[in-house]
Amino acid sequence: MSVETTAFRIADDVRAGRARAVDVLDAHLANVTAREGDVHAFNTVTADEARRMAEAVDAAVAAGRDPGPLAGVPIALKDNMCTRGIPTTCSSRILEGWKPPYDATVVTRLAAAGAVFVGKTNLDEFAMGSSTENSAFGPTFNPHDVTRVSGGSSGGSAAAVAARFAAASLGSDTGGSIRQPAALCGVVGVKPTYGTVSRYGLVAFASSLDQIGPFTHDVRDAALLLETISGHDPLDSTSIPQPPLQLLGEIDRGVAGLRIGRITDLPGGSEPEVEQRLAEAFEALAAAGATIVDVELPSLKYGLTAYYLIAPAEASSNLARYDGVRYGSRVEAADTNAMYMATRAAGFGDEVKRRIMLGTYALSAGYYDAYYGKALKVRRLISDDFARAYERAEVILTPTSPIVAFPVGSKVDDPLSMYLCDVFTIPTNLAGHPAMSVPFGTGAHGLPVGVQVLAPTLGEPVMFRVAAELERGVR
Amino acid sequence: MSDRISAETVAKVARLARLDVTPDEVSRLTSQLDGMLEHFADIDALDLASVEPMTQPYPLVNVMRDDVVAPSLDRDEVLAAAPAAEDGRFRVPPIIGLEG
Amino acid sequence: MSESTPGEKFMIGEYELVCGLEVHVELATATKLFSASANRFGDEPNVHIDPVTLGLPGALPVLNRRAVELAMRIGLALNCSVQPCTFHRKNYFYPDMPKAYQISQYDQPLNVDGWLELPGGKRIGVERAHLEEDTGKSTHVGGSGGRIHGSDHSLIDFNRAGVPLVEIVGRPDITSPEEARQYVTELRQILVAIGASDAKMEEGSMRCDANVSVRKPGDPLGTRCEIKNVNSVRSLGRAIEYEARRQIALIESGERVRQETRHWDETDGRTHTLRTKEDADDYRYFLEPDLVPLAPDEAWIEEVRASLPSLPRERRARLSSATGAPADGEAIMVVVERGQDDYVLAVGDHGADAARALVHVKEAFAEQGSEPRVPVADLARLITLETSGKLTATQAKTVLAEIVGAGGGDAEAIAAAKGFEAMDTSELEAMVDQAIASNADAWAKYCAGEEKAMGALVGAIMKTSKGKADGKAVTALLQSKRGS
Repeated sequence: MSVETTAFRIADDVRAGRARAVDVLDAHLANVTAREGDVHAFNTVTADEARRMAEAVDAAVAAGRDPGPLAGVPIALKDNMCTRGIPTTCSSRILEGWKPPYDATVVTRLAAAGAVFVGKTNLDEFAMGSSTENSAFGPTFNPHDVTRVSGGSSGGSAAAVAARFAAASLGSDTGGSIRQPAALCGVVGVKPTYGTVSRYGLVAFASSLDQIGPFTHDVRDAALLLETISGHDPLDSTSIPQPPLQLLGEIDRGVAGLRIGRITDLPGGSEPEVEQRLAEAFEALAAAGATIVDVELPSLKYGLTAYYLIAPAEASSNLARYDGVRYGSRVEAADTNAMYMATRAAGFGDEVKRRIMLGTYALSAGYYDAYYGKALKVRRLISDDFARAYERAEVILTPTSPIVAFPVGSKVDDPLSMYLCDVFTIPTNLAGHPAMSVPFGTGAHGLPVGVQVLAPTLGEPVMFRVAAELERGVR
Repeated sequence: MSDRISAETVAKVARLARLDVTPDEVSRLTSQLDGMLEHFADIDALDLASVEPMTQPYPLVNVMRDDVVAPSLDRDEVLAAAPAAEDGRFRVPPIIGLEG
Repeated sequence: MSESTPGEKFMIGEYELVCGLEVHVELATATKLFSASANRFGDEPNVHIDPVTLGLPGALPVLNRRAVELAMRIGLALNCSVQPCTFHRKNYFYPDMPKAYQISQYDQPLNVDGWLELPGGKRIGVERAHLEEDTGKSTHVGGSGGRIHGSDHSLIDFNRAGVPLVEIVGRPDITSPEEARQYVTELRQILVAIGASDAKMEEGSMRCDANVSVRKPGDPLGTRCEIKNVNSVRSLGRAIEYEARRQIALIESGERVRQETRHWDETDGRTHTLRTKEDADDYRYFLEPDLVPLAPDEAWIEEVRASLPSLPRERRARLSSATGAPADGEAIMVVVERGQDDYVLAVGDHGADAARALVHVKEAFAEQGSEPRVPVADLARLITLETSGKLTATQAKTVLAEIVGAGGGDAEAIAAAKGFEAMDTSELEAMVDQAIASNADAWAKYCAGEEKAMGALVGAIMKTSKGKADGKAVTALLQSKRGS
């Protein structure tokens, strides 16, 4: 049983009785045993639970029942998604060992589709970071070169797929936390339209920006995963009242007649190989019948600032609940206030504290208008810029990350330099639009490069069409 | 240097956020936050007077649910995960120094 | 305690009182405001909990439609405008606040600009009535009297966390402790009548905070203090009066009043400093990103408005028309508060005198609740006997007591069994003349203007008649014979 396969094929084979889910699982777990020591993708490997699920899938097939469209597919889950009875730590000391009493909606939907959960993956603490070096439990290393980072914040989920510990995984994306690690690890990563995938059970970082999405080997798998996890959830008030996305039928429609936007005022500073790969991506699409059009997004350059005021502000409020009262770790003290202060000081890492401080300040009396209030207006400008651009093009192409995977430790002392990793991904989150990263060749040191396809709200069908064409263009 | 945010403000914000910070941390945070705010000053140049703030990525309105009871979580499971519990309740040290 | 005379402004020395009330009301929904745990009082601790109630990582709020409907009912009953609104986070740390923020409404609340009319007709402005979630409950162990001060630790129960509240913010139009009491009493009746809440201050389903300041007439508003921990209508009046006097004493001695929150202590009858506003947390309000705006459409608002029952004020007015009694008099106030006004009107519809019905119901139906057991026809028959002169007022009371005790009865039969019959007028007059003759002293004193002397005469007549004489008729006869 090989791990060089796709989720689509695994499910197909298992449902048809051509393969057993336990065998598929064992092959992936063998890989974990072989390489997890070097990669450190997981906080928790749930081998026993996975085996139980795989056996249930095989029993269903044997009894003539269809286990679902993800039958037997080994999937890893970012450790900021609640899994009942299984530790969910957000890679933070403040939640070390905490077992939720409930499942996130996406977890329930995947399980109902026959998926098998391999484990909970490492992340930057509370999803704040671009390298997974902010994890309280040590970084995740890039399977292509273990002296380098896997990207972040969903580094563990990206690496789990790249290293074939799982056939697919889920991450979360607030400013690029799926797309950037996907690019650095050479896998497909999708942030869907805000509101298409339920956030119920996703530990909140920035509520108006967070979305869950898949990491996969190929575009078709990403379509399959998204079809399974998307669709209205009554437990999430921001969930769009629509049925699940329909994508598998879209991806082979080609790009003839589509207009692909190239941003003329895109911020510079990308590595030359990255810019070269992007140019080749435009060429591949043109050769396949698409037209390239220039678009301008004059407010795009303010995206980082708007994001680094809005996201920490919401985070400072979302993380206030970690106070040692009801769950998680606690540092005892003589009174409750002292307990709060000591618990949070001991439980949170530096980056989390930094962002809580920044966010608290941005919301505080006297500063709201100057910071948070202004950032919300800049958000509107960016959204309006995109609206104008999407009158001229169906999708837009950019690099996903300006740089390839960087050496572990090379950016930890310079938070601002780390923030710049997300310059191309952040605007999408601000606008609530979908975007995905498709592996497209290599850059410096032979490391993977990702090209980002951006689309307007609920533009997943056309986004996937273009992504599939790019994938064909690489091969 | 620190003209966008002072150490005093940083200490006050830390108290508001219930984060214990040592004097060293205060000075480190002050210079880091100051640097960030300096960088974020690029938006000061924009004329935003007539721009509406954007708070919702997708425009939904009137999302509600029916008033129907669903089963509660199991109290034992929940309290087992609590740092301290007594008599079916969550236990905390004396509640001093907080408004309520 | 000071009482205000209707029409006369309440003053303490040279100072007038300015008071605004903030009332929090727990809504009578089946589930909480943002999650589907049961909204129930009095069960074992922590049995109505869910991820949202506990503020677990990953939990998300979803708004309860019924809570919105009841909040709209409250707004409309208080003459507010219902408007499109949003929810905000109010951020602060406290152990009974599971998320370390409360979801409330800030600059765009559901209901605005209404009023509540006091029974005497004065309108108290209602600035807003908005939705917010309640906190859990803490009990303090080891201190004295269950207070935080000196406690060893505290225990938190989250059953109440997330229960829907409407906060009703009254304008500072209240100018006396009596008005404050009337406001809260009337508000409570309205809330119960529209089914929004059981509004019991003793159980905490209605909580009242008072903002109090004083000033000399014509001066600008004084510094106000907020008073918390008032647990009954009576305490409210006492607390406001105490606080006003406390502030006046400070001002008169040359000190200034500090703006602060104070705690009312029922046992020592004083307010005590809880915290000053200078120490207050910065709440860092921002729009709740996990919720979307709420904009009830015209159709829904009208549907709710149409579903409102008659409000206490209208019911008092209706009862006043039917009985001739004053709408803000004690009888009508009490009977409407008990919900027995429809009953009184029904007795009137049965052909009996509504004014007598009002008096009897007020006096004898205290334990009957809003659905009296006594059949309307039975009371109507009794009243007809009384007003036609066949029973004296005293006899009627006795018969009624028996009817109430038995849950009904035939008034004529009971009267007959007791040997009650009213005396006819000539028989009565003869008895009065005889009493005058036998009690010449008393008669002389009465004729000279000593009203109290009538008592002896009436007593004699009642004795002779073995209680069958109608006291009212006797008094009327004596008065007419005296010539007054």
